[in-house]
Amino acid sequence: MRAWMATALLSLAGLLLALYLYLYKLGLIGQLACGTGGCETVQLSPYSRFLGIEVPLIGVLGYATLLILSILSLQAPRDPRWPRLLLWLSAAGLMFTGYLTYLELFVIRALCRWCVGSAVTILLIFVAAWLGRRGGEALP
Amino acid sequence: MAATPAGVNRFYYLLAGVALIGAIVLALLVFRRPPVSIPANVVIQPNDTSGFHGYYLGSDSARLTVTEYADYECPACQQFMTVQMPTIEERLIRGGQVRWRYRDFPLEQHRHARTAAHAAACADEQGQYWPMNRRIYSWEPQWPSQRDASATFRDYARALGLDVAKYDACMTSARYAGRLQASLLEGQGAGVQSTPTFLINGRLYPGGNAVHYDMLKGLLDSLQGQPPR
Repeated sequence: MRAWMATALLSLAGLLLALYLYLYKLGLIGQLACGTGGCETVQLSPYSRFLGIEVPLIGVLGYATLLILSILSLQAPRDPRWPRLLLWLSAAGLMFTGYLTYLELFVIRALCRWCVGSAVTILLIFVAAWLGRRGGEALP
Repeated sequence: MAATPAGVNRFYYLLAGVALIGAIVLALLVFRRPPVSIPANVVIQPNDTSGFHGYYLGSDSARLTVTEYADYECPACQQFMTVQMPTIEERLIRGGQVRWRYRDFPLEQHRHARTAAHAAACADEQGQYWPMNRRIYSWEPQWPSQRDASATFRDYARALGLDVAKYDACMTSARYAGRLQASLLEGQGAGVQSTPTFLINGRLYPGGNAVHYDMLKGLLDSLQGQPPR
């Protein structure tokens, strides 16, 4: 249960962070609280879209789904479907974040602190989901 | 470790509290008018430069083209644009002898230079580039000493009769950041090291006193009988 609480809180944090970046992409927030300019470089690069969809929007939808799955796992602790889905989705999110971090470091050559924050968040969600599922499977 | 139902309920309150605080912070960020910042280290895209070679004034059949690399926040540029330029414009540009090409060369030490250049680019979208250029160079009020000069540029846009909503959308999108950077790189590639610097017939003339009406008139006289440059 503690693991799903952790994934829920982290997913909410990730959702707010992704929403902040998406609002910036929509032009509703003039300036990112970042300071280095790296975030603007990343956000204004052609890689800020994936298959025609804004990357922050993918983050918003992904974190919202993870939040819903965490709450479902909390609500039905003996149902293995939700923790399993949560683990798979967080693994997919982690791989996608790995791809984006590669683009930042080696293609765009600029690092956005907010994106690093999101990468750490999805990594922690994956670890908590994995630990939670291991703990859940050990239950009688 | 399993949590009790009461513990889960308490957690939901915590989750709702965090969500509420997050939503309030995001709403405050959206509804306050933040100072506009135009990023410098952008990746230049092909459409930033395609078909755009600067802001032109005057006939394209003029005998001489002058390219000016300038920074809105540079005092020497301001001096040139308010003292020398009106005479050059009235006597040589309107007369069809000289064509002016303005290129942005925002210097790093000038914190409002890019915002100013971007404000002019947004005015250009609505066909008001040169009126905005003159307004910004008027330095009235003294926006270089302001903390947030973007509010003054917005006032200029309103005074010129621009559609302010469109202007705001243009500024917050920073859509001309790449174009500004490309302009700066073009100047650096041509050998520009300070502002203003003028490029005439392949030769650089640095400094606000390097180009004036008499100088250009003399140059035009020396070109009598030669094809336009």
